Amino acid sequence: MNIHTTPQRTPAETALIDAFSDRLSLLPGDGTVMLKRDDAIEAIKSGLPTRRIESWHYTDLRRLLTTVPDFDPAAAAKAIAPVVEGSAVLPVLNGVSSTKLPEIEGIAVQRLSEKLTDGSAAPGLDPYGADDAIGALNTAFVADGYFVDIADGTELDKPVELQNLQAGGQTHVRLSVRVGVGAKAVIVERQAGEGAALVSSVSQLLLDEGAEATWLIVQEQPDTATHLAQFKAHLGKNAKLTLFVMNAGGKLVRQEVVVRTTGEGADFTLRGINLLAGDTHTDVTMVLDHAVPHTASTEVIRNVVTGRARGVFQGRINVHQYAQKTNAKMACNTLLLSDDGEFSTKPELEIFADDVVCGHGATVTEIDHSHLFYLMARGIDEKSARGLLVKAFVAEVIEELDDEAIVEALETRLDGWFAAHG
Amino acid sequence: MLEIKNLHARIVDDGTEIIRGLNLTVEAGEVAAIMGPNGSGKSTLSYILAGREDYEVTEGDILYNGQSILEMDPAERATSGIFLAFQYPMEIPGVATMEFLKVAMNEQRKARGEEPLKIPEFLKRVKDAAALLDMDMAMLKRPLNVGFSGGEKKRAEILQMKLLEPKLCVLDETDSGLDIDALKIVSEGVNALRAPDRAIVIITHYQRLLQYIVPDSVHVLYRGQVVKSGDKSLALDLEANGYAGVIGQAA
Repeated sequence: MNIHTTPQRTPAETALIDAFSDRLSLLPGDGTVMLKRDDAIEAIKSGLPTRRIESWHYTDLRRLLTTVPDFDPAAAAKAIAPVVEGSAVLPVLNGVSSTKLPEIEGIAVQRLSEKLTDGSAAPGLDPYGADDAIGALNTAFVADGYFVDIADGTELDKPVELQNLQAGGQTHVRLSVRVGVGAKAVIVERQAGEGAALVSSVSQLLLDEGAEATWLIVQEQPDTATHLAQFKAHLGKNAKLTLFVMNAGGKLVRQEVVVRTTGEGADFTLRGINLLAGDTHTDVTMVLDHAVPHTASTEVIRNVVTGRARGVFQGRINVHQYAQKTNAKMACNTLLLSDDGEFSTKPELEIFADDVVCGHGATVTEIDHSHLFYLMARGIDEKSARGLLVKAFVAEVIEELDDEAIVEALETRLDGWFAAHG
Repeated sequence: MLEIKNLHARIVDDGTEIIRGLNLTVEAGEVAAIMGPNGSGKSTLSYILAGREDYEVTEGDILYNGQSILEMDPAERATSGIFLAFQYPMEIPGVATMEFLKVAMNEQRKARGEEPLKIPEFLKRVKDAAALLDMDMAMLKRPLNVGFSGGEKKRAEILQMKLLEPKLCVLDETDSGLDIDALKIVSEGVNALRAPDRAIVIITHYQRLLQYIVPDSVHVLYRGQVVKSGDKSLALDLEANGYAGVIGQAA
């Protein structure tokens, strides 16, 4: 006979469950939405994931999530200047979307709170798998965000920046975007703030046939914030997505990337840089499904680890049996600049098709001493020379984006990080 | 300008002594050629002058303008006016060549107490120097030395040397990998830098380069020592008779 025991709840688990009871009456949603919230909190009641769960092995959320702040109705975040000058900004401040929105031709924007209330947002609230703790946390508590619809054939000349800004407490936000048939867009997802916060943020992107999107996640939370984020995308026929993730802050960060190619000819590019400092933990976990034939993906992640920071990259590529002629390449390169820093890389390729090209590689290095000598031999002092080389290591990935305004804007963020942590 | 006294140096990793009691003096305005067979310590000497950490000086001293440079790191040596043109320049992905040139030039200026260059002035200097060396500006838009051919890398080294205006230039096998046309262009670039207040040390295996950059003195390095010094006729003698004769006398 088995004796089933539930381990004692952690303070964080208790705080989340109590917060749900307190918040319930304030959460928008029709019957379907509220039922999904119930399911989600049940998942949390059964315990946050631990290292025994494969996909959480390097980020033991149950152990690492030590405190959960209360909701703070007095928190007042303010919109900030966009990463790329001239972008249209859609701000979510302390978990609340704006009533005054910019008018942009070809774009329809709805507040997510309305779509929760009328139940039209319900289908998106389902978890994507059994261990979807971030999805569950977000579904339980999400109160607002945006739904952005970019009409078929629209080509945006300026980026749209979705700002999720916190000033402490808890915020749970969802950002959904559809890019219509043949439409082109650059979306910036800005994650920042200044409080001791718990943030959950789920982004959903649907690319219709022939749509092209560049999605930039710029995460610069303070080292007092826990940031649990998920980016989910479906790529239709001949759709093209370039996802760029920059993690440059946060105390405990998990950024999940869940991408599925559902149409032939779909093309996915992931470029990521993790700038890790202090006593922080940052995890980027990708699950990519090549579900149909003739689709391609490349992933390059570059990490700079300083201080006592710990980083994780898990890259899982599932090539379904039917998905012949898949072309997938993944690389994770880490520059380890401190003896106390740590980075774990776990590539997982599950290939059920027999006519595919799939590869992965990982490196961990220090600064190349011959490079350092070369720069110093031209009169550049050691500190500046190291700075140049570290920046070069990550800038290489940014420069691939091939759009001058975006490259410059991201390098400015990079310089900011180096100025604060160099 | 440069005075090397009884220099002994070894590889840090395995303790192998490469330089074994080397003496050499080069005056301001002088072009000195250092020749020698493979493994005589030529490249090691150039690295030690530039301050590479892989080598350790165990005895003797290197004086530059009367001051010992042994305690100076490579950057300090460079800003004091010492320049090494590398035999194998490093390819550094992600570092833009122009950005690198700007930073390096301004570090030199800072050390001399000058203001950073204004962008138009900087661009003009780079364009002028590139034109002299027959280099395409498009090349300089690439990351530092990345994808450059062997000859392009050597030209890029001389370009840097022109722009940084050093007082002591050390050229390590600058002729290797150059075809005859490139050799002429690079030599003209070096000759243009000859000046009464500047010394140039040319390290080479062959006499070929010295037809274009005529040295004032020639020194033969063997087993980490200068075993013979002379004028330019020594180089011709080596070309005709090989190193055996000179080395035989020394042994």
